[in-house]
Parts: sequence; C-alpha cells; structure tokens
Amino acid sequence: MKTEPIIAIKDLYKSFGENEILKGINLTVNKGEDLVILGRSGSGKSVAIKCLVGLIKADKGEIKVFGTDITTLNNNELNDIRVNIGFMFQNGALYDSMSVRQNLIFALKHHSRDLSETDIETQILEALDNVGLEESIDKMPSELSGGMKKRIALARTIITKPEIILYDEPTSGLDTITSREISELILSVQKKYKTSSIIITHDMACAKMTGNRILILKDGVFNAEGTYAELEKSDDEWVRSFFI
Amino acid sequence: MTTYLKNIFIEAGDLTQFTLRFFQELFKPPFQFREFSRQCFAVGYKTLPLITVTGFIMGLVLTIQSRPTLLKFGAESWLPSMVSLSLIREIAPVVTALICAGKIASGIGAELGSMKVTEQIDAMEVSAVNPYKYLVVTRILATTLMVPLLVIFADFIGIFGGYIGYNIHGSMTMFRYFSDVVEHIGFLDIMPAVIKTFFFGFFIGLIGCYKGFNASNGTASVGIAANEAVVSASLSIFIIDMMAVQITDLFF
Repeated sequence: MKTEPIIAIKDLYKSFGENEILKGINLTVNKGEDLVILGRSGSGKSVAIKCLVGLIKADKGEIKVFGTDITTLNNNELNDIRVNIGFMFQNGALYDSMSVRQNLIFALKHHSRDLSETDIETQILEALDNVGLEESIDKMPSELSGGMKKRIALARTIITKPEIILYDEPTSGLDTITSREISELILSVQKKYKTSSIIITHDMACAKMTGNRILILKDGVFNAEGTYAELEKSDDEWVRSFFI
Repeated sequence: MTTYLKNIFIEAGDLTQFTLRFFQELFKPPFQFREFSRQCFAVGYKTLPLITVTGFIMGLVLTIQSRPTLLKFGAESWLPSMVSLSLIREIAPVVTALICAGKIASGIGAELGSMKVTEQIDAMEVSAVNPYKYLVVTRILATTLMVPLLVIFADFIGIFGGYIGYNIHGSMTMFRYFSDVVEHIGFLDIMPAVIKTFFFGFFIGLIGCYKGFNASNGTASVGIAANEAVVSASLSIFIIDMMAVQITDLFF
C-alpha cells in the first residue's frame, strides 16, 4: 500500500528581486525517509527548507506538509503544522538571553501547555541525555562551544518529538571529530524517534552517514537524485565533483 | 532626491503597519504576562539608578542656575515653585524620556536586531511561537507603562534635588519647601505632562522594536538598528513634546 508523502513540493519558485533562486523544484519525502540536499553555496537549499516551514513565502508552487498545502494557510493554521516539524538552524539559534534549561522549557511549554513541572523536567533531562550534555543544563549559550551549541539546538529540536526534522547545515563550522559526533547524533535521533529528515549539508561524511537519498540542487532545480553510492559513480562530472 | 523621498514614505508605511499589528496582537490571547513583567523589570527597575542620579542633578542645577536671576528681582521665594513647575511640566519628562531613548530604545534595537541576525526570531516562529507577540508587544507595553512611572519618580527626585540646591546658599526647612511646591502645583500642571509621557514610552518601545525587528542580515545591521533607534526615538520625543505643548496650550 502506497502512503502519502509527508512532504510534497510541486513547481516551487522563489526569487529575491531579479535573482531567481528556485525555478520550479519538485520534491517528495516519505515517512521515515532521510533526505540529503547538496548544492553549492547560494544555490537555494536553505531557501527551499525555509519555504517548507513558512519562514519564506514562495512566489509560486505547492508545498504539501502532512497533506496540507501550507502556501494557503494563515499564521495560526501554519502553527498547527509547525508543531510537528523540528528545525535545526545553521548556527543553533539558541536564545542567548536564556539558559540551556530555559531554552528547552521555552520550546516545550509553547508546544504542550498542559505539562506538569515534573514532566517538563523529565523531558528536559531526556533530551539532554540524548545529546550527552546533562551537565550543561544551567549554562548560558555564551558559555558553550560551537559543537555544544549544535547539540543543545538538536536537543531543543527533538524535545517536542516532531515527525520530521529539517537540518540546515548541522555540521558547518565544526572540526572533523565534532562533525562526526553531530552526524552520529542525527542518526541516533532518526533511529530512536523514527523521524523523517531533510538535511542540508556540504559535509559529505555527514551526507553518507545520515541520508538514504541525496538530491543535488543546481541552477534552481534538482539536477541529480540517488543514493550516495549511485551519485558517487555518476556519469556527470559536476555531480561527481561533490564526492571527491 | 526622489529615491530618498520614496524611502521615507516606504519606511513610514512599514512603521504604520508595524503599529497597527501591535494593536491587533495586543488583545489576542495567549498573553505573555511573564515576559511582560520581565520587560517591566528590565525597563523600569534597571533604569532607576540612572534616573535617580540625573533627576537629582536636574533639580540641583536648575535651582543653583536660576537663583541669581530671581535674586536680582527679589523673587528668591519663587524658586521652589518655579523649579518644581519647570521640572514637572517639561524638564523631567523630556530629559527622562531622552535618557530612556538612549538606554532602552538602543537596547531593544540591538537585542532584537541581534536575535534577527542569529535566526533566533526565526527559531521562535518555527516553534509555533508568535515572535511579534512575545518580543514586540511585551516590550512596547512595558515601555508605555514604565516611562511615565520613571518620569514621576524623576519629578520627586528633581524636586528634592532642588531643595538641596536651595539650601547650598539659602536656608529653608524641608516642610516649608515642599509646602511651597505643593501650593503652586495644580492638576493642569501634572496631567498633560503625565499623559504625554505615555506617548514617549510608547514611541520609545515602538521605534526600538521596529528597528530591531527589521534589521537586515549581518552583524553591522545590529549597530545600525541600535543607532537608528536612539536617533529616531529622540527625535520623536521632541516632536511629541511640541505637539503636546500646542494641544495643552489650545485647550487649557
């Protein structure tokens, strides 16, 4: 039996002034699928996933998330969809006036308003345990390293147990070892919570480890699609250049 | 020149939309009481030391500077009432509001600008939290309510500073000084001055939030947002003050 994809993008266009970024992209993500999007800087990867959560309004096209076309929704209706989507930002985007604990509470309380204090504490500790940073619970974001910030951002993303998580360059700016640790965490989150993912990255090790399908964005459209092994042996030299 | 004018009209249109959205969101639940009280603390309590010092100096200096002129006309006894009226009607509201524009509007502009640049506002939005309601409405409400309270506090401290200033060269008991002050202050001296401070507070918060919320990407825009917030808020204080004085003059 074929299930409906949880995300389906059809002919999506987006321009900024004269600059056409997305020129009719099509994309589907099925439940449990982990999709990696590759592309050069400025190719529109981040714009595409920001359109998916309504952070950027598309010029034209259809974006179905959980079967609902979000391009026609108002902000309140969009929020009902957003509670099932997690978004991990490139630089973590932790609220820097709040401690780690408050960052997690903020995400959780606005997501499920009727949780008791005990439930909140349990879920915070579970989320921090998942990323191995329980001891940082009372630290401020300014006291954390780049890798720790990304881990806390991941904890903040998974604490609301979303069905799909969008990762915007989760390993950018990190050393090889920390990048690998973040990739392993993403993989463990995918397995533990059975989430679907869209991962935007330039890190091929991360793409290989976390994605079961890869799309390559070029000139505003998806130029190539396949598994890591398939694309690595592509006839297209430009596609192969990502894997060198 | 045409582009310059066009930009002014675009900015005015955006600011009007921003203001209308404030009134739309203000009465819609959920209400962010905790964030509102946190902002009241940040705006009100944390500005108190600065207002105390400046308020005291305002009263002290005004008394010392006015004394020689009044002495020439043998009107030294008018000093308490003159100082207190000047403070209540004009000096304390405007100077306090300018201090708040410098401290609060720039702080809000820089904070929200930095949140915008580091995608914290986007993070709030994708967490299904309305960032306008959480960040903007609470801050504008806090400045609207706290600036008038700070001005009233500055009035009292300024009048007390006037008492100290008077006693540097003259001699008057505190009871007589304050009796003289109370005797010469009427309802119409206080009310228009207090009402205009709500507008001062509203515009300080509004402009700080508008500049921060609309900061473009890049760290340089944070500094620009803070700077523009101070300049625009200070200018708006003078414009509101001029209008308030005209309206008061017309009706009273």
